[in-house]
Amino acid sequence: MGVLERTWDWLATAAHWSGTDGVWHRLGEHLFLTVVCLLISCAVALPVAVVLGHLGKGGALAVNIANVGRAVPTFAVLVLLLLSPLGTHGSWPTVIALVLFAIPPLLTNAYVGMREVDRDMVEAARGMGMTGAQVIARVELPLAFPLIVTGVRTAAVQVVATTTLAALPGGGGLGRIITAGFRLTDTAQVVAGALLVAALALLVEGAFVLLQRFLDPMRGHVTAVQDRPA
Amino acid sequence: MADGNCLIANDWICGEYVRTRGQELTDATLQHIGITLASVAIGLLVALPLALLARRWRPVAGPVLGATTILYTVPSLAMFSLLVPVFGLSAAVVVTGLVLYSLTILVRNILAGLASVPQDAREAARGMGYGPVRLLFAVELPLALPALMAGLRIATVSTVSLTTVGAIIGYGGLGNLIYEGMRSYFKSQVLTASVLCVVLAVVADLALLLVQRLLTPWARPKRRTKPGKPVAGGAGRPEKAVA
Repeated sequence: MGVLERTWDWLATAAHWSGTDGVWHRLGEHLFLTVVCLLISCAVALPVAVVLGHLGKGGALAVNIANVGRAVPTFAVLVLLLLSPLGTHGSWPTVIALVLFAIPPLLTNAYVGMREVDRDMVEAARGMGMTGAQVIARVELPLAFPLIVTGVRTAAVQVVATTTLAALPGGGGLGRIITAGFRLTDTAQVVAGALLVAALALLVEGAFVLLQRFLDPMRGHVTAVQDRPA
Repeated sequence: MADGNCLIANDWICGEYVRTRGQELTDATLQHIGITLASVAIGLLVALPLALLARRWRPVAGPVLGATTILYTVPSLAMFSLLVPVFGLSAAVVVTGLVLYSLTILVRNILAGLASVPQDAREAARGMGYGPVRLLFAVELPLALPALMAGLRIATVSTVSLTTVGAIIGYGGLGNLIYEGMRSYFKSQVLTASVLCVVLAVVADLALLLVQRLLTPWARPKRRTKPGKPVAGGAGRPEKAVA
């Protein structure tokens, strides 16, 4: 039980929470990267998925991109970007890797959500004289909403996980507490950092589940397309 | 072209690297395959009874699915770190973490597969005097195979990719080479190991697809009806039940 006690001691030490290497600063970095990258990837992926889903084109792309995202190791991409010419530009390699790995769940879920909208409803909306844009905004988007949020949730958890990995090539975020712990062979610090990261991931997941419950009028009818975060 | 130069110039693509470090690459690849195989095999061995348990006793289903989902949410670096005090710096840390991840996908897909078995098939087997064990192994599991195999493919591909993170404790297969290459800024080592990793995932996926085809001959698309016309390459076939 020694490790648990020492972990508790580590977490209870005020000095570990303040300063540039402290928990609060690392948590701030982690959250900043998560929010910024999630917003960028939503801005890139969602419009594409919505338009493709509306037109019914690019289904193979939407499915295959999820498979590619699963097969390519996040860690490898992080290191490749770091060694590329981009590597000298601060946190850009991390940001790009985060966005790249957040796009597949967003794209796939939003596309499937748009395609699963009852065709009869779309036909009825067209029959009422709605234009393409009106069909998207008033019929398809509201009905596809649950799956789109599921995609955002999966992407958010994925980004939290990838940000943790970004600590290996020296990025910011809570993962740095773990890697520093390994360097110092301080198991208590490793476990403390891991607990903080796990808690953050579960909080993000939980927050989105609650958000989905509150915003979604058709809960219980969602088939989630999930993917394992890094 | 002078072959040794690409090592000195630190090029991304370097034949000389592959030639001189062949043994290192082989060892890392074998470790990668070993960790992946062990994780997926143990995952399957644990997931099957869990899924059967969850199907048998409804009250168990919620907690089992909930627990595996929570485990799935934990980032890999944190998962491995949390297991270090339990197993020390050994391959068991990586294998255990990967088993826990694979459970989510495998349990869900086995449950979905078993749920998709037509009631008629069950009734017919019972009518022929099949007991519960024979019913499970001779009728239900074979019919659940497509969903099970779909889950196994997803789990295997993610496992191959996640094994690289094991480099943090020195048991990451090809990930070890990526980690070393990152430290020493060795471009061709990082690229070669990364490419091998993706190749490994694709090969594993195709191998499992082949196994699935061989195990479920009844599910194969009918090609023989029109020998002159090749059937479009499986693109329109229903995708996995649960991801």
